[in-house]
Amino acid sequence: MDPLAIIIAFSQLAAAIALLNGVNTAIGQGNVASTAIQAIARQPEVSGSIQSTMFIGLAMAETSGIYGLLISILMLFANPLIPLYLQYAVR
Amino acid sequence: MDFNIKNLWVLDIAGVEVWITETMMNTWIIMLLLTMLAVIVRVKLRTFKQVPTGFQNAIEAIIESFDNFVHNTVGDKFMYLGNWFFMVFTFVLISSLGGLFGLRPPTADWTTAFALALVTFGMIQVMGIIHRKGKYLKSFFEPYVIFFPLNFIGELARPISLSFRLFGNALAGVIFMSLIYGLIPIYLRFALPAALHFYFDLFSGVLQTYIFCVLSLTFISSASSAGAP
Repeated sequence: MDPLAIIIAFSQLAAAIALLNGVNTAIGQGNVASTAIQAIARQPEVSGSIQSTMFIGLAMAETSGIYGLLISILMLFANPLIPLYLQYAVR
Repeated sequence: MDFNIKNLWVLDIAGVEVWITETMMNTWIIMLLLTMLAVIVRVKLRTFKQVPTGFQNAIEAIIESFDNFVHNTVGDKFMYLGNWFFMVFTFVLISSLGGLFGLRPPTADWTTAFALALVTFGMIQVMGIIHRKGKYLKSFFEPYVIFFPLNFIGELARPISLSFRLFGNALAGVIFMSLIYGLIPIYLRFALPAALHFYFDLFSGVLQTYIFCVLSLTFISSASSAGAP
C-alpha cells in the first residue's frame, strides 16, 4: 500500500480522536455552569461577580477543548508528517 | 471550501519577498475604521456639552461601561491598564464582527492572536517586576527550588493558551462557515447561514473578546499584587 495514503488516513483518525476530548470539556463546562446557577439561585444579589467568575472558569475549562481542536486542524490542514515523508522517503 | 489565508500581493523590497496576506489587508481595513472613528470622536470632543445627547451619549456610554468593567476586574490601582485593553477589546471585537461582512477575521490567523497574547505576557512580567520586585522572581522558585522548571513552563504556557483560545474559536468559525457555504445550494445562502453567523461571529466573537480581556487583566493583576500565585 502507498505509505502516503497510510499517513493521511491515520492523520484523519488522529484528528477524530483529538476531537473526542470535547466530551470532557463539555462535562467540565456543564459542571461550572450548573454550579454557578446554583450559587446565583442561593444568592441572587451577587450574580454579577458570580457571572464574571463563571466566564473565567468556562474559559479555563475550554482550554483543553481548544487544544484538541487545534491538533485536529493541524492534522487535517497543516500535517507536519507529509513534508517529512516527502523529504526522506521519496529521495 | 476556501478557508486558507490568501496571499494578495508579493512585494519585492531589496531582494526580500514581502507577502501582503489577507490578514494584513483586513487588519489595515479595521485599523482604518477605528482610526477614523477615533478622529471623528476627537473632533467632536470640542462640541461636547455637560448634558450629553445623541452621539456623545453613545461614546460616553461605551467608555463608561468599559471603565466599570476594568474597575470590577482589577480595582482602582490598575485602572490605567484600561487604556490598552480598550484598544484590544475594540480591535478584536470589530475583527470578529467583520466576519458578518465577509472579511476574514485577522484573529483567525495565529500571528495576530499571538501578538496580542505576547503583549499580555510582557505586561505580566514587567508589572510583576515593577510592583513586587524580588518577590515576583522568587515566586518562580516556590514552594521549593526544584519546582522552577514547572513554574517556568507554566508561565510560558500562558501566552500560548491565551492566543490559541482566541485563534481556535475564530478559525473554527471561519472553517465552519465556509463548509456550510460550500454545502448548501446557492438559493439558500441568504437565509440559512444567518443563525450560524449569529452564533460564530456575534456570540462567540463577543464572548471570546470578553474572555481575552478578562483573563489578561486577571493575570496581570494577580502577578502584580502580593499574595496571589
